[in-house]
Amino acid sequence: MSQGLVSSAYLVAAVLFILSLGGLSHPESARRGNVYGMIGMAIAILATLALGAVTASKVIAVAMGIGAVIGIIVARRVVMTAMPQLVAMLHSFVGLAAVLVGFANYMDPLVQHPGVAERTIHEIEVYLGVLIGAVTFTGSVVAFGKLQAIITSRPVLLPARHWLNLGLLLASLWLGWEFLQADPKGGLVPLTVMTVIAFAFGVHMVVAIGGADMPVVISMLNSYSGWAAAATGFMLSNDLLIVTGALVGSSGAILSYIMCRAMNRKFIAVIAGGFGTAGGTTAAGVAEGREVTPISADATAQLLKDADSVVIVPGYGMAVAQAQYPIAEITHKLRERGAKVRFAIHPVAGRMPGHMNVLLAEAKVPYDIVLEMDEINEDFPKTDAVLVIGANDIVNPSAQTDPDSPIAGMPVLEVWKAKTVVVMKRSMATGYAGVENPLFFEENTRMLFGDAKASVDGILAAL
Amino acid sequence: MKIGVPREVHENEARVAATPDSIERLIKLGFAVAVERGAGEKAHFSDEAYRAAGAEMVTDTRALWAQSDVILKVRAPERHPGLGVDEVDLLREGGHLISFLWPAQNPDLMQRLAARRATVLAMDSVPRISRAQKLDALSSMANIAGYRAIIEAANHFGRFFTGQITAAGKVPPARVLVIGAGVAGLAAIGTAGGLGAVVRAFDTRPEVKDQVKSMGAEFLEVDVEEEGSGSGGYARVMSEAYIRAEMALFAAQAREVDIIVTTALIPGKPAPKLITEEMVASMADGSVIVDLAAEQGGNCAFTEPGQVVARHGVTIIGYTDLPSRLPTQASRLYATNLVHLLAELCPGKDGQVVVNMEDEVVRGATVIRAGEVTWPPPAPKLSKAPPKPVTASKPAAPAHGKEPARAGWGSALTLLLGALAFLGVGAVAPADFLNRFTVFVLAIFIGYKVIWSVTPALHTPLMSVTNAISGIIVLGALLQVSGPIDSLVTILAVVAVLLSTINIAGGFLVTQRMLQMFRK
Repeated sequence: MSQGLVSSAYLVAAVLFILSLGGLSHPESARRGNVYGMIGMAIAILATLALGAVTASKVIAVAMGIGAVIGIIVARRVVMTAMPQLVAMLHSFVGLAAVLVGFANYMDPLVQHPGVAERTIHEIEVYLGVLIGAVTFTGSVVAFGKLQAIITSRPVLLPARHWLNLGLLLASLWLGWEFLQADPKGGLVPLTVMTVIAFAFGVHMVVAIGGADMPVVISMLNSYSGWAAAATGFMLSNDLLIVTGALVGSSGAILSYIMCRAMNRKFIAVIAGGFGTAGGTTAAGVAEGREVTPISADATAQLLKDADSVVIVPGYGMAVAQAQYPIAEITHKLRERGAKVRFAIHPVAGRMPGHMNVLLAEAKVPYDIVLEMDEINEDFPKTDAVLVIGANDIVNPSAQTDPDSPIAGMPVLEVWKAKTVVVMKRSMATGYAGVENPLFFEENTRMLFGDAKASVDGILAAL
Repeated sequence: MKIGVPREVHENEARVAATPDSIERLIKLGFAVAVERGAGEKAHFSDEAYRAAGAEMVTDTRALWAQSDVILKVRAPERHPGLGVDEVDLLREGGHLISFLWPAQNPDLMQRLAARRATVLAMDSVPRISRAQKLDALSSMANIAGYRAIIEAANHFGRFFTGQITAAGKVPPARVLVIGAGVAGLAAIGTAGGLGAVVRAFDTRPEVKDQVKSMGAEFLEVDVEEEGSGSGGYARVMSEAYIRAEMALFAAQAREVDIIVTTALIPGKPAPKLITEEMVASMADGSVIVDLAAEQGGNCAFTEPGQVVARHGVTIIGYTDLPSRLPTQASRLYATNLVHLLAELCPGKDGQVVVNMEDEVVRGATVIRAGEVTWPPPAPKLSKAPPKPVTASKPAAPAHGKEPARAGWGSALTLLLGALAFLGVGAVAPADFLNRFTVFVLAIFIGYKVIWSVTPALHTPLMSVTNAISGIIVLGALLQVSGPIDSLVTILAVVAVLLSTINIAGGFLVTQRMLQMFRK
């Protein structure tokens, strides 16, 4: 196959990838988009294999066969609550692949350069590709561990951690200089040392970030994996890799931005980590002298029966308790009775962007009643009953009323404007941000204490 | 404790204070329930249904009253026609009674109940605050009265409500005026609208304007600025100028409309006379007036409480028992209100009544406590529409006023530096690199545009599909895998091929799986 044909095949694949992402603007077109993506990938791989340079077809067949089988098994088996873990794991593979390809390329004796400038640029590309890939790899592994609860989801903070990060960065820069100065093929030592440092940096960065900031971390790693692919593309002079890497990189960057905006926090502040460890006691005075009103599951069911319009606000607690199925059934029953039931999703509800939507879709909740914060916030005053399941900070009115609160200015779901709010909660503990929630003490708030799954099952039984 | 539900003895009273459904819920609260035989007959709840719900059926009225700790009734106690004794005397000494009572109108009854050392909760004294809405029996009954008012009007009205164009000619729609847009007024508006009439409504309280409009009626206003909201959601007496303007409005309306429903009440006072003799005379022959304030003297000059009369060709309906004319519905709602009240009284769900005078709702409803008259209660703390809510919250960070300007400079500076750096690279880098760089930058912009159009609901599939396509890094590995099989380069490349294939297969498949779940 000629180079020209391969290039045009790559162009077709790139266009198909763009269409694939563009299809996600609506659930109906998304399925078609995914098929475009698969076709694009198939075209790209076949075109590459058809190049005269690729001869080891047996090895490739075995490696791809094994990889495909593993991928298929994982994709089939994974439960939807574990999607964040799966995504983190897949990010780590891209990172590791970028590291491996970078090393292989650097060591490949066939790679020759016409001039000094070309060689320098190529080596910078190798170095950057490996660096980003390595950070992505260990960062994703740690994120996976946190989501899978292998590693504690609390922020782990080393003393002087910002200085440590700065030191690692400076060391990487210095090693990069050494790498460029070394003889052709002789820079393997600085490259390897830098890789180890980047591994350490990835671990250190993610381990300092707490559980509820995971949506930002996952998006950020998504972005990094894209940049790693783009850097590899530069290294190999491959336009398709560059385009795809840039698409994925900007996708992850935009998601990170959306998540940060939804928490009213700066990206740097999230990445610097350690949120929720300080200022936990500042707002404790809110609760003094005020009592919460408890409610039973039966009474909640009655309340829902009497309501014409119900809004359900799910949070990470719903995912933990696997309560999406009974919730979906409650929704179904209430809708059969003629009530208007809708879901309100805060952008950072859950552990990754869109997590709640996937869980609800899995439980067969129709997507047209699952609404975003901006779509539903002004409807709360007209709502009879709101059910808050395993969410806390995203429904905290002090974000709007208390300028000193750690979450001041964060956009929140204004559930307290509804007629009655039922909050399901295990205990009176504060949320991730460590902020007291005045919502619990509102006159129209009822607290349904206990395990979310048990409470939801109780409501379902009483309906 | 034991709850007793006697048969209502008031003439033509068809309601009952408990239904089989409500009894099930009372039993869940821990109470035992006894019902007098035939209590639900007129409301179409059979003795068998009560028994099936777990109630004990009692034939002897005296025994029922004597054995019950709590008596649930609709009407206030009165002389029992069958037994020839007053129901107050049937009530156990120190017992509990929950019913409508109207303490202001019945001081004598209050004295006799106090003498029995009874604890009495009056359903008409439940404070009208948000939390007490579920036990607000006045609203439940007013809702029914409003509905029934229109049904009664339709019954006496000789025409369709809805406009029609038929082969036999054009039928104009009925025009209905509702005075007083409380619960009853709103229910009347809704019912009349549902039948197809053209509805307009008047109320002295401006805050109900939106409610009236939401029910599909036109809201009539007078040109006098005055706030008509009293406490507890009721209207108050208006100034003379206002009343004059209001009466002029009614006189004009009377000539136009076919049906008038009046619901104007001011607490503790006789109902205001709004429809004068002249206005009735000016109405078209065949018109109908339903006066929901008949029990308090009526809003219309001709109203005779409990009667239907015809004056100047206008039918004036003064029924005082409209809720009782829908006995099944009225009993259901009233019984549910009672269950909610008992749930408030019995927080432990152990079948024990605790009259907690600290609780605003219970305090308001309790008119006699263990023989001590506790009526009237202190004024309720808030009405439904608080006067001008005070907005104390300021924008969170007023100190950042200079931020946008600075940010603008910052981004301009960044752009400038970026452009300079790019020029610097362009001066030394080979053309080939610059071509790739162009592709890279353009791809970022395409990505930026495309990703912003992704719906937030699909952010998780977006991440998994980007996972899959970032497996494109497999191309890099494929290009390096063809060296000698035992060289380090090949081994690294093979591992990379394997890893990225997992990404491709896993990413696309799991995306497909997720997208298939999204359905309408």
